Formats: sequence, structure tokens, C-alpha cells
Amino acid sequence: MSDARSRIDEIVKNNDIVLFMKGTSLFPQCGFSSRAIAILERLGASYETVDVLQDAEIRQAIKEYSDWPTIPQLYVKGEFVGGSDIMMEMFESGELQQLVGADA
Amino acid sequence: MPMPASEIERLIRESIPDAEVTIRDLAGDGDHYAARVVSRSFAGLSRVRQHQAVYSALGGRVGGELHALQLETAVPTEMTSE
Repeated sequence: MSDARSRIDEIVKNNDIVLFMKGTSLFPQCGFSSRAIAILERLGASYETVDVLQDAEIRQAIKEYSDWPTIPQLYVKGEFVGGSDIMMEMFESGELQQLVGADA
Repeated sequence: MPMPASEIERLIRESIPDAEVTIRDLAGDGDHYAARVVSRSFAGLSRVRQHQAVYSALGGRVGGELHALQLETAVPTEMTSE
């Protein structure tokens, strides 16, 4: 396992809810990341973020980690959930609230 | 690098022949699209797997040549309703 991959592995396993994104929760640098943050904020659960723009190795390795070509990527309890489109669908159907254990 | 919507549709249908593909050019710049892909082949697959099937049909262009593709996948309604 490459260094970046094992770092990702550690982040994903040590954080119940973590979003790999472009920018920060306060200053998302891309519309898709911004949408993902808006959804997480609506959930009201606490979450961590990783800014891939600050780390070129993670930015590349995260795409291979879940065989997913785009960022943002949401992980809940160690599992890859999806990008912002899937987050939105799951939020609208109530599945995301259930997954993170938030009261809708 | 802009990519015409017809090319996106062609690539998706090449790998997923029964796919019903609807594409909207969100910004009118040939670079920001929303696609809805409906296929019987998605039945029983998780959303992640459905999206991966479309990404794989687009052969590595998503996230690169094709910067922004908002994606929605579904199975045909006749397969989900009674």
C-alpha cells in the first residue's frame, strides 16, 4: 500500500464522517464540494474534511482508493458513500440522515 | 476541453446499449453537464456501482477532459413499480 493510500485509510477509519473536498468547509473551492458541505451542514452531524488541494498525493490517491474519478467524496463509518450527486439523492430520500444517525 | 453532449451520449450508449440518456448543458459552455442515465442493467446495483458504470463508459474523461458532470442514474420505472 502506498504512503498516500495508507494515510487515506487511516483518515477514513478514524473519522465517522469525513469529506474529501476541494477547499475547506468555510471556503469550498468548487461547486460540487460546496454542495456537499451544504448537505452535511443540514444534517447537523459533526464531520471532518480533508482539503485535497493542499495535498497532491492524496488528491490523486483518493481517486484510486474508491475507484471514483471526482471530488468530493464522502465516507461514513469507513465506507465510501458517494459524491455530491449521490449525497443529494440520499439526503432527499432520508437515507443519508439514517446513515449518519442524525434526526431528520 | 469542451466535449459535445452528443459525444457523451454516444460513449455511454456504446457501453450501456439500452441506456436512455438525457443530457443538459448547464452553463452553455460545453463543459458543465448534467446527465440522467436510465438502464435496466443498473437493477440491483448500488448507486455507487451505477455511477461507476457510467464513469467507466466515459473511459476516464470524467474529472479530466470532462470537468463537471452532474450524474443521476436510475432503473426504468416499469422495473421499480408493481
